[in-house]
Amino acid sequence: MNLFYLSSPSTFFHFAGRLAPWFFVLAAVLGATGLYVGLVQAPTDATQGEVYRVIFIHVPAAWMSMFIYFVMACYGAMALTFNSRLSAMMARALAPTGAMFTFVALWTGAFWGRPTWGTYWVWDARITSELVLLFLYLGYIALANAFEDPRRGDRAASLLAIVGIVNLPIIYFSVQWWNTLHQGSSVRLTGTSMHVTMLTGMLLMVFSFWMYAIGAALTRVRSIILERERRTRWVRALRPA
Amino acid sequence: MSGFGWAFARDLTLALRHPGGTMLTLAFFVLVASLFPLGVGADPQLLARIGPGVIWVCALLSAFLSLASLFADDFADGTLEQMMLSPDPVFAWVSGKIAAHWMVSGLPLTLLSPLLGLQYGLSSGTLVALAAALLLGTPVLSLLGGACAALSLGARGGGTLLALLALPLFVPVLIFGAGAAEAAANGLGAAPHLSLLGAMLLVSAVAVPFAVAAAIRIALD
Repeated sequence: MNLFYLSSPSTFFHFAGRLAPWFFVLAAVLGATGLYVGLVQAPTDATQGEVYRVIFIHVPAAWMSMFIYFVMACYGAMALTFNSRLSAMMARALAPTGAMFTFVALWTGAFWGRPTWGTYWVWDARITSELVLLFLYLGYIALANAFEDPRRGDRAASLLAIVGIVNLPIIYFSVQWWNTLHQGSSVRLTGTSMHVTMLTGMLLMVFSFWMYAIGAALTRVRSIILERERRTRWVRALRPA
Repeated sequence: MSGFGWAFARDLTLALRHPGGTMLTLAFFVLVASLFPLGVGADPQLLARIGPGVIWVCALLSAFLSLASLFADDFADGTLEQMMLSPDPVFAWVSGKIAAHWMVSGLPLTLLSPLLGLQYGLSSGTLVALAAALLLGTPVLSLLGGACAALSLGARGGGTLLALLALPLFVPVLIFGAGAAEAAANGLGAAPHLSLLGAMLLVSAVAVPFAVAAAIRIALD
């Protein structure tokens, strides 16, 4: 099959429509298993007690917030270099999900911080840079929708996404570069300092969020395609007679 | 760098023929910085503590004010299109325009900052660190802000949109800029912060003009 076959909005519209439900099913199954492992099976943490269970939402959401921005910037780069319409639409479709995960990461972090650090918010390097990431998402969405010509918004917002990617390494390495309140990562490629059940629960939640992000992006890109192509013959043909 | 020269000279001449813009920027800077002692109270110790940060935020907002007109006027009357047709590389004359913008916004703000620092009762060592940080940091603000101004050319919601795009990108400059003065005030060396600011300046001076050029191409498409 030709890879560029799917880069046409009309073929991708149907392709995404068939795939999206499967990603939502996967997200639900993985999420239910992950929550069971995380909330029921995983042992109570020795120092933090039950509060630590926030990580089953917090850490996956934080990872996805950065990963989605990276994928969005990659789609932006593809949109600018190949001038492909669908890449820009995918970037647009990812932005609200990414912003939502960024907000969830900050929100759950605040709830975890209150009992553990004694405060909802500290101006720590990682938290501040995650907040900047939220503003980058909001700026991207605002810029993409600020033009009469949607293609103009696509290109300008794609460039902004690429410029903003410098923030990702700052978030990721902030806990190593600055010795601030937010603790370092417990999960490394060379082994972890976590109990194996905790790690399983967290990874299940990561995959669940990942599948949800794909499903949500595919669903959203379908509406964007419909809106953009509303004057074409194939979209009119979709309307029931 | 052919193209840098004429763009720089042109924008500087324009700014000098209409000095009102620069004067407004400086007046805004002094005015906002004078509001803080009225708002938080005139306790000298408190003012000396918050001084570096307040002056930095005021400088950042003042530099931001004049960004909107960096490309918008030339875009509106078609000058930008004519510049695009010139044989000189886009990043060259874009750098010239941004350098001229800094000469009439960032540089005067830097020169004025010790005066405001005295009002806040900062020590001489802190004043030097503050001015040095502003000298290194304000060009970065002009560069990053220039990229955002070029991106939002012709967009709805002009100024507010520009703020949403530019201010988050200014955060690292603010942190290290205010950090330099803070460190000097606490008797620590300001050198690490100033080195980081210098590094940011070098990287953005090399990379950002290309992003601005790409944004102007998108705007004129």
